[in-house]
Amino acid sequence: MIAAPSTIPAGGAITTQLLEISIGPQHPSTHGVFRMDVVLDGEVVRALKPVVGYLHRNHEQLAEKMSWLGSMPYTDRLDYFNSMSNNWAYALAVEKLAGIKVPERAEYIRVIMAELSRLQNHASAIGFLLQDCGAWGTPLLYAFKEREKILDFFETVSGSRMMCNYFRFGGVRVDLNDEMLAMARKIVAEFPKFLDEFEKLMTTNEVVLARCQRVGILPKELAIAGSISGPVARASGVEYDIRKVDKYGVYGQLEFGVPVGAVGDVYDRYYIRVLEMRESVKILQQVLRDIPAGPVQAVEVKLRGFKIPAGDGYGRVEGAKGELGFYLVSEGGPKPYRYHIRPPSFINLTVLEDMCVGHKVADAIIILGSIDIVLGEVDR
Amino acid sequence: MNYPGKGLVEGLAVTARNFVGSYFYKDRLTTVQYPEERIQTPENSRTFPFLVFDESPDKPRCTACKICEVECPPKCIYIVMDRDDKGKPLQRPKAFDIDISVCMQCQICVEVCPFESIKMDNDYEKSKYGRFNDLVQRLPDLLKSNDYYRQIKPVKAAEVDAKLKAEAEAKAAKKAAAVAAAAAKAAATPPAGSAT
Amino acid sequence: MIPTSEQLCAAVPGAVIEIVPSTPAAAQPAMLVDREHLVAVARYLKNEPSCQLDFCSCVTGVDYLAKGFIEIVYHLYSVALKHGPVVLKVRAPRELNQCHVPSLTTVWRGCEFQEREAFDLYGVKFDGHPDLRRILMWNEFTDHPMRKDYVPPADYEWEPTPHDEVLKRTKAAGGIMPPSAAVEVKK
Repeated sequence: MIAAPSTIPAGGAITTQLLEISIGPQHPSTHGVFRMDVVLDGEVVRALKPVVGYLHRNHEQLAEKMSWLGSMPYTDRLDYFNSMSNNWAYALAVEKLAGIKVPERAEYIRVIMAELSRLQNHASAIGFLLQDCGAWGTPLLYAFKEREKILDFFETVSGSRMMCNYFRFGGVRVDLNDEMLAMARKIVAEFPKFLDEFEKLMTTNEVVLARCQRVGILPKELAIAGSISGPVARASGVEYDIRKVDKYGVYGQLEFGVPVGAVGDVYDRYYIRVLEMRESVKILQQVLRDIPAGPVQAVEVKLRGFKIPAGDGYGRVEGAKGELGFYLVSEGGPKPYRYHIRPPSFINLTVLEDMCVGHKVADAIIILGSIDIVLGEVDR
Repeated sequence: MNYPGKGLVEGLAVTARNFVGSYFYKDRLTTVQYPEERIQTPENSRTFPFLVFDESPDKPRCTACKICEVECPPKCIYIVMDRDDKGKPLQRPKAFDIDISVCMQCQICVEVCPFESIKMDNDYEKSKYGRFNDLVQRLPDLLKSNDYYRQIKPVKAAEVDAKLKAEAEAKAAKKAAAVAAAAAKAAATPPAGSAT
Repeated sequence: MIPTSEQLCAAVPGAVIEIVPSTPAAAQPAMLVDREHLVAVARYLKNEPSCQLDFCSCVTGVDYLAKGFIEIVYHLYSVALKHGPVVLKVRAPRELNQCHVPSLTTVWRGCEFQEREAFDLYGVKFDGHPDLRRILMWNEFTDHPMRKDYVPPADYEWEPTPHDEVLKRTKAAGGIMPPSAAVEVKK
């Protein structure tokens, strides 16, 4: 739709018609194949409708047609930045339904993997946010350089850099040997140095402040009512972290803080991630210090012909993007009857319109960037 | 000290340090010139599955039991068991196809295989010109020797070899025991023919 | 504190509430509420100061083909009091023209996209939803793919490693199959 030529009335103010444009799906700033139908008044967003589904493959239906274990590699492909956390969410839900107890060493290894994936996810999320602000490449590649070390660790342990498929019901697939633990300790020891440098680049940078402060404010009440979870909710002042509330795994025994933002703008969402990375480093230091010896797999869990008693249940973890949950229904057979994912990036998009209305188009891009979505998870 | 534009100047200092440092420090320049320079992949690294044979490609370890075909999540494996003229199964595959455009490198086939016959390769250069037939790996493409497996995954191959050896020995011992028991039984009860 | 079904029935007159068990290990029994009183029960659970279930985490449909109904499941948590989950369930007949449940988007804004998803994949109409459109499938799509009786179209162009159902349908559709697959098909 093309607007009619503007007319300049006697008062001097320019009036324009509303213009409806479509941002995406093939647009570098939409983080994948995501589309926003935006109604613009000049440069100001008046309405915004997210359009998703370009990557939809009905993962939930595929899961109903294969064994319980068969869905594990598919969970890697949901949010491909955090395959380890996705594995954990699914394994946790299944363990909850079947009542499987996980050996302690495996719980520690799970925490190591989940926190390392949180580190690399947050680092690259900030890099992408800066990319959206117009800092082409440089901060993103600094983040990717650090992420590379973590991905190398994942490859050494699980065999794959991103599609790890590492967790099993009742444990993990491969034990960590001393070399792998040393590798993890080295990454954790070096990470704060990277964070300090990264913060120098951004936290007080005047361009970042001008672009991000007071933009896309999400009020606390709306964040709760809109089911927003993860760093986005915490930046708005919602003090809610599933690691603290549910105390799954060994998180109950670990000391860490839950950083909470005051304003809920894009800058808070950036800075919350930096603070969360610092807390993750603390968790990792404790876990790598205390990891006990022992088995990594509960012996009673069979690889083939695994079955769950009939019934349903919901299990969730604090993924890097928010609350990642699995609602599973079993009929006692070798396949799930229903397998539903609660994808944090998808539900965090619910309030995108509320955050963007009244801001400029360029701000809508960084607001989307600050939510940190992955389309593999949004569309499933 | 605080002055306007301090954040910008500090940020530029960081990028300058990285730029200059990339000429001197390996940890500031982490890229390699790919086809010429290659990074050694770790032992656990995996790409696509292949089939192991021990002595010759006619005798693969695979018995065409189809467990991997059933358990494969994206159903990319297709197996036809070989049969002799009378239709008796020969415990080896006649056709074994893996469509690597469907395979998602999840390693579940390796985990469920009871014969240690299917393993993950670490060859990542599999691109082809064609979309369809070129990407289907057939039995001759898939068969690789145990020596190759030992070469790419020394630690795991040694474990597998030890396990298979122990299994073979246990089987031989069991067989020997059964033969001995049968012989002892034969010795204890005099043969029916000897009485007459 | 989570109210018992008796307390809920007393607070919302006329509501019919039944307890549905989960797996023994999960221990998340659900409250099955009748369709007419769902919104009132939800409002009570959200606003009652002793439970304050202000966070509707997960909304989903389950198609029970054999039992003849579709169930919508809500998982509620409390951010203020940090407890949960409380599981609400509501059932609707499978027939498309009767498959209605009241929308809870007016109570919890976070239901908006998830109810759209349940509508898209299961064909459940949420009465009172502000913007009930397809979300994952495209607008011209007519069926609801997560229903257990959904039949996917047989449009296999190329099937190198066909199995059971796919093998039959590929043959019927005249799809191309590779030589190895033809070994067995011939017999």
